[in-house]
Amino acid sequence: MTADEAKFPRFAPVGERAVLITFDEVLSEAASQQVRTLDWRLQHTPLAGVVEWIPAFNSLMVLYDPAQAALTTVISWIEACLVTDVQAVERSPRLVEISVQYGGDDGPDLPAVAAYHGLTQTEVVERHTRGLYRVGMMGFMPGFAYLLGLDPDLTTPRLATPRTHVPAGSVGIAGNQTGIYPLASPGGWQLIGRTSQVLFDPLHEPYFTLAPGDEVRFIPAQDSDLP
Amino acid sequence: MTLHIHQAALMMTVQDAGRTGYQRFGMPESGPMDGWAFRAANRLVGNAPGAACVEVGFSNAEFALEGNALLAVCGAGYRLWVNRRAIPLWMSFLGKNGDVIRLEKSGGGNWAYLAAAGGVQSEVWMGSRSAYPAAGLGRRLAEGDRLPLQPPSSDAFLLAGRSLPARLRPPYTSRPLIRVVPGPHAGRFQPVSWETFLAGSYAVSPQSDRMGYRLNGPSLAHQRGADLVSQGMVLGEIQVPGDGQPIVMMPDHPTTGGYACIAVVARADLPLLTQVEPGRGALRFTPLSVADAQAAWQQALVGLDSKALFQEDTWTGI
Repeated sequence: MTADEAKFPRFAPVGERAVLITFDEVLSEAASQQVRTLDWRLQHTPLAGVVEWIPAFNSLMVLYDPAQAALTTVISWIEACLVTDVQAVERSPRLVEISVQYGGDDGPDLPAVAAYHGLTQTEVVERHTRGLYRVGMMGFMPGFAYLLGLDPDLTTPRLATPRTHVPAGSVGIAGNQTGIYPLASPGGWQLIGRTSQVLFDPLHEPYFTLAPGDEVRFIPAQDSDLP
Repeated sequence: MTLHIHQAALMMTVQDAGRTGYQRFGMPESGPMDGWAFRAANRLVGNAPGAACVEVGFSNAEFALEGNALLAVCGAGYRLWVNRRAIPLWMSFLGKNGDVIRLEKSGGGNWAYLAAAGGVQSEVWMGSRSAYPAAGLGRRLAEGDRLPLQPPSSDAFLLAGRSLPARLRPPYTSRPLIRVVPGPHAGRFQPVSWETFLAGSYAVSPQSDRMGYRLNGPSLAHQRGADLVSQGMVLGEIQVPGDGQPIVMMPDHPTTGGYACIAVVARADLPLLTQVEPGRGALRFTPLSVADAQAAWQQALVGLDSKALFQEDTWTGI
């Protein structure tokens, strides 16, 4: 066993201004829940000198100003916020509903995804809207949420050749993940639909529709008409 | 008071100290590539350390000044001309209405900062003036743009003609020895990779920008694969993807990523790294503890913030 495989949770400084706490080697629901609980506790226990932190699937990175807080102080603060019984403090998550126009020009890869799984397009949409998703992490671009909880039967590889232009609001599947592009960008996700809801608006607060830990449900738009 | 852009450099944006508090939503910090030159330029014109400057990168830029202003240019790889008269970098000077200020790419280095007393008054996005064009927060500056300047305080002009002592300027070189804090994923690399990393010499790839600098040099081998479950990333983090060639995270870097991190560049040495020209020069790395990295940056700041900072200078003005 190497030092890298020591017991969890594991603390590691990342350079001179950050400390990373990791709850598991792999992506697990237990680790994700520990991240959410720690995130919540940190928010309710401020420490001077802590700049911000980035919750992820199985880890959380705290950024601090060493002129205001020592590394040992920051680690002690995180340790004090760790609780063994995560159920006891798990707050009720926010549920965000996203209305999606599936298929057609909004979801050009829906026929291919259906064919890949031997399902009809309607069956793909039913499985996609049945799920209750969790924002496991944000990143890649401002407002982009990595959603956990995709029906394993919808797991689909990325496009062999990424698109040079994916419109803002596109809803896609890549591997066992699903997500929404908040901005137009290049991308290789299989596009099954599109929402008109704005996920990121730098001019108006709240700037972001989704936050780490949120629950998400997709609602099919009324006028979806699929084979 | 306005800076009228006659010629825009290849990479030219307004940058302040950066945008904090939104990395959990995937919004990068942004901020200056060379945090030391940026801070020094602001210091020279009497600004707060994080006031907005124009960041000029990789090619020539020219401005016309409308109104009077106290200005300073700091950085590397540029020469400064005011109405065809050469003015040293790392020095404050009085710019007058109609002056033509030219930053000419010359010698080793990539980035320079034009600071004006009172700061550049560009639009504020989410609490910061730092441009992040990838998400529509401001854009690269272009010919014809006009940047409003805040009127300087009445005594700001007394600061004209001050220069930063040479000992407080970063020791820029095309072949810097960069101090790094060992990364959190040591166990994800072959044991020999750390020695390879420290013994090797790395060039900066032309595929480098405000998001990251790609390095070319001895390949670093992983064990158990290059990919991790994605996690937060920091400025200066050196990630190693499957091809074994390191990438250094710069201010516009994505907030999360999934490659193993071999080391993190000390903040005090990041300016040296960012100024190494793509395709020229070479980097070498040497390890440093967290505490020593923190001390190195604090030492730089103590010097810059010192009251008895400026040396007498024989230069007498424009």
